[in-house]
Amino acid sequence: MIVRRLPKPAGIMGLGALFILMLALPRILGPYWTNLLNDMGIYAILGLSLNIILGHCGLFHMGHAAFYAVGAYVTAILSTRFAVPILWTLPLSGLMSGVFALVVARPIIHLRGDYLLVVTIGIVEIVRIALVNNIFGLTGGSNGLLIINPISIFGFQVFSPAHFYYLIWSIGAVTILLFYLLQNSRFGRALNYIKQDELAAEGCGVNTSHYKLASFVLGAVWAGMIGTIFAAKIETVSPQSFSYSESVLLFAIVILGGAGSIPGVLLGAFLITGLPEIFRELQSYRLLFFGAAMVAMMIFRPQGLIPPGRRFYKVRPYLGRFPCGIAARSGARRGISLSASPGYPAGTDAGADAGKPARGPGDMIEEQA
Amino acid sequence: MSILRLRGLSKSFGGLVAVDEVSFEVSRGGIVGLIGPNGAGKTTVFNLITGNYKPDEGEVIFENKNITGLLPHKIVEMGIARTFQNIRLFPEMSALENVLSGCHCRMRSGLLASMFHLPGQRREEQAALETAVKELAFVGLEEQYDNLAKNLSYGRQRLLEIARALASGPRLLILDEPAGGMNDQETQDLIGLIREIRGTGISVLLIEHDMNLVMKICDYLIVLEYGAVIATGLPSEIKKNGRVIEAYLGADNLLEN
Repeated sequence: MIVRRLPKPAGIMGLGALFILMLALPRILGPYWTNLLNDMGIYAILGLSLNIILGHCGLFHMGHAAFYAVGAYVTAILSTRFAVPILWTLPLSGLMSGVFALVVARPIIHLRGDYLLVVTIGIVEIVRIALVNNIFGLTGGSNGLLIINPISIFGFQVFSPAHFYYLIWSIGAVTILLFYLLQNSRFGRALNYIKQDELAAEGCGVNTSHYKLASFVLGAVWAGMIGTIFAAKIETVSPQSFSYSESVLLFAIVILGGAGSIPGVLLGAFLITGLPEIFRELQSYRLLFFGAAMVAMMIFRPQGLIPPGRRFYKVRPYLGRFPCGIAARSGARRGISLSASPGYPAGTDAGADAGKPARGPGDMIEEQA
Repeated sequence: MSILRLRGLSKSFGGLVAVDEVSFEVSRGGIVGLIGPNGAGKTTVFNLITGNYKPDEGEVIFENKNITGLLPHKIVEMGIARTFQNIRLFPEMSALENVLSGCHCRMRSGLLASMFHLPGQRREEQAALETAVKELAFVGLEEQYDNLAKNLSYGRQRLLEIARALASGPRLLILDEPAGGMNDQETQDLIGLIREIRGTGISVLLIEHDMNLVMKICDYLIVLEYGAVIATGLPSEIKKNGRVIEAYLGADNLLEN
């Protein structure tokens, strides 16, 4: 099952068409639906950042809203107290959120599976309660903080849904590109090794605790930066935006869409934020549908709607260039002896993927006779 | 001249003494076999060498450096690679990616280089691919590079583990029952392969129950029973050692075959 890429011209044309469609969407849909697309974009980017931790590294992290909250509050505090322009706070939000993740994740990083899950739920609750209690007198308690000055890019003020749409989805595009490159690299593979078998990964030379921590910090940095955009968009940053249920929603986006898959997470974000709006009349049944869908997914498609594809490696130039440590000997023996079971000619297992049984000794004897 | 030296290594789990004052050496360029009945503590000794367990007492000296208590990935970096008794591949990844995990510790590109695919990262990735294909070809699995590890036959999964270990560029290779679950032909091929590995200058330490294989390729044997070394010597000496025959084989004619 070799993953084949789209032929180049078709791929470029497809991307071009998508780009034009994305540019035109706010005009076609109008402000209400554009605003929905903005929410979807924010959740998609948050989902992608959680995907690094949960999808690629396999760490059950259900406290992502805490990192998101740190970013949003850093922006809100700097903007209201010190009148720092909002976009300037973007890197700082990411940094603070990353440092926060480093501090809280370091002592818990060795926990496995559901133990980690429980602790991360604790983290998001502690953060929310700290915010409600107006920690350090900075967070404004349960009312939160009101942001007055809008985002301004070289004097251009971002305030309408369409403006936010372009800003959010540009960040989304950059995120998709960077995370795509990341997953096709030494770093991305290391996270997958840990997800599949942590002990084997460590035994192959992967510094597992370093990579687990790095995935937490990277996910948090991204969530923090999106916190800034969220704060600017919503204008009032308050604790109820960063509740435990928000974390569960993000968790569901990743698991439902496909852990470790970028298209999967995008679809997950669309379904979880978009569908409830589209079927507004049925809103009172929303949680019922949501729960039923999750149960059905776990039974029928636990790998998610779009599971991750295989990576593509350019190995052609290296094939057939290197000697085999077995061939020389077994080849010679195969020539003289029929009785022993045959050595394995290269490639006989290739069909195993398609369910073809591997060749047994009988096949070879028949052929030779 | 020894590449690995164990000095008075001990490990107990609760009240059970799994490894009791074990000392032995692996000579550079040698193939050393660690044998003994089930539950003798062989795999525990391996786990102590590779850092999966920390010894209660004693030292592990590799190339004149004390590596006792280092984390497993550090020990791989220093030049000891291993395979596992119960195969531990990354089942949902291709054979190639499994071998690339061995290359990991010889690569340097960090988070930012990986995120932006900087030129150094791309060169490094190409070099790693070349190494991975080379090791796959070496164990005879080149054609299988794109198959998922879980879809390979049992014998091939064992070979893939060896390729993955070799990709880390070790100077000592530790094999835990490499012939377990292999048929006669596969075992014959494995014997050839281990000799080839030694031929490239890598020392080998192995646990194996297949006495045929052990007697054919090992140039030195260490026999464990109840966590303690009961005999060491050349295969021909071990074959005749009364204590070993009594403790390990029970009957004296088993080694004749």
